[in-house]
Amino acid sequence: MCLAVPMKLIEKKGKIGVAEISGVKREVRLDFFPEAEIGDYIIIHAGFAIQKLDEKDAEETLLLFKEMLGGVDDE
Amino acid sequence: MKYIDEFRDRRVCENLATEISKIGHGRDISLMEVCGTHTMSIYRYGIKKFLLPNIRLLSGPGCPVCVTPNGEIDKAIAFARKSEVIITTFGDMLKVPGSTSTLAVEKSRGSDVRIVYSAVDCLKIAEENPDKTVVFLGIGFETTAPTVAATIKDAKDRMLKNYFVLCYHKLIPPVIKAVLESGEVLVDGFILPGHVSVITGTEVYEFIARDYRKACVVTGFEPVDILQSIFMLVKQVKTNSPVVENQYTRSVKKEGNLRAKCLMDTVFEPVDCEWRGLGNIPMSGLKIRDEYSVLDANTIQVDIEPLRENPECICGEVLRGVKTPLDCSLFRIECLPENPKGPCMISSEGTCAAYYKYGK
Ligand code: SF4
Repeated sequence: MCLAVPMKLIEKKGKIGVAEISGVKREVRLDFFPEAEIGDYIIIHAGFAIQKLDEKDAEETLLLFKEMLGGVDDE
Repeated sequence: MKYIDEFRDRRVCENLATEISKIGHGRDISLMEVCGTHTMSIYRYGIKKFLLPNIRLLSGPGCPVCVTPNGEIDKAIAFARKSEVIITTFGDMLKVPGSTSTLAVEKSRGSDVRIVYSAVDCLKIAEENPDKTVVFLGIGFETTAPTVAATIKDAKDRMLKNYFVLCYHKLIPPVIKAVLESGEVLVDGFILPGHVSVITGTEVYEFIARDYRKACVVTGFEPVDILQSIFMLVKQVKTNSPVVENQYTRSVKKEGNLRAKCLMDTVFEPVDCEWRGLGNIPMSGLKIRDEYSVLDANTIQVDIEPLRENPECICGEVLRGVKTPLDCSLFRIECLPENPKGPCMISSEGTCAAYYKYGK
C-alpha cells in the first residue's frame, strides 16, 4: 500500500499539478512538495507528491553499477 | 520507464548476488523486510533465488491491510450499515473480513461503499452528497497518513460538515520495537521501508542499531535496490557494525519530508493501538487531535457487533515472522485469493498472497 511511483510533472498551477507516466496522466497535489518544477520526476503516493526523485543521486548510483559491471562507457 | 528499468537490470542483480555470496557465507543471517511492498517485490523478482541458503528473508508486519484488526473492520462495517452513510476507503480494504462480514458483502447488500484512489476524492464525494455522511476509513502508515491529514485540514478550512475520518493509521518504528522486544524471532537486520522513510527520514530508526544492535538499511523497491540493500546489511552483520544506512538515496532524505511531518503532527497525535497478531503496541497509532475532533468518526456512536476471530487463520503469526503461510492448514486448500480467509491472502501485498502467486 505504500507503493509510490515516479511520474513526470507536466503541469503546475499552485498546489495542483498534472503528472504523467507512459501516457497516463494524473492530477496530483503538491502540498508536501511545492518546490517541484515542470520536468521533475516526482514520487506520488495516494494523489500527493511526497518527494522529488533526485536525478543526480540516481545517476550516481547507476554509475556505480556500471563500474561494477566493468565498463564505464559513455560518461 | 526512466529510473525504473535501470533498477531492474538483470546483470546488475547477478553481480550484486555474487558480491553477497562472497561475504555472506557461513552462519545463518536473517533479515526482515518490514514493508509489504518489499515482500511483493522480493517474490515478484525471485530475490531469494539470488541468495545463498543461509541468508533468510522474513516478512514483517508492514502490510497496513493485514495488520488492521477485526475490531476496526467491524466498526467500518457498522458505519456502512447506516443508511445515511457513504463509506469510502482504499481498494484493498473491501474484502478484509471483520468478525462476520466484509465491506464488499455490505456493499452487495446495498450499503454505499466506495473505493477511492486518494483521500482527496472523499471531499468531492462529501460536497456532492450534502445530505449524506461521508466516512473515510483511513488506514496506512506514515506514507499515507499525511495525505489524510491534508483532507482533514481542507475539510475544516472549507467548513465541510459531512466528512469524517475513521482514523486507524499506524506507525512503523513502534512496531519494529515491538517485534524486537518480543524476542520471538531472531533477526540480524532490517530491510527498512522506502516510502515510509520518504516522510519520516532515517533518524527514527537509530534506536534499532544503537539499542538493539541490528543492521538497518532503508531500501528502494526495485530488484537492484533490494539486492544492494542485502549486500549492505550482510556487510554490517559480518563486521558487527550496525548503523542506519540509506540505500534509497534517490528518494529518501535524512530529514524526511518536513512539511508532511508537520501536518501529520498538527492533525494527529500518537496513541496506543491494537495490531492484528501483535496486540496492543504503545504509541503505535494515530488519533485525530481534539482541535479536529468535529471530523473524527470515532466520536460518532455506532452499534458494533461482538468480536470474533477465525481460529484457523494464522495471519497473526505470519505477521510476526514466527510462521509462514505453509504452516497454515487452510493455505491453498480453503484459503485462496478468490475465497480468502484472512487479510494476508487478500491484500495484494500480504505474505500469503505473495506465497500463493509466486509459488513455494
Ligand atoms: S493462508 Fe489464509 S487462513 Fe492461512 S494465515 Fe494466510 S490468510 Fe490466514
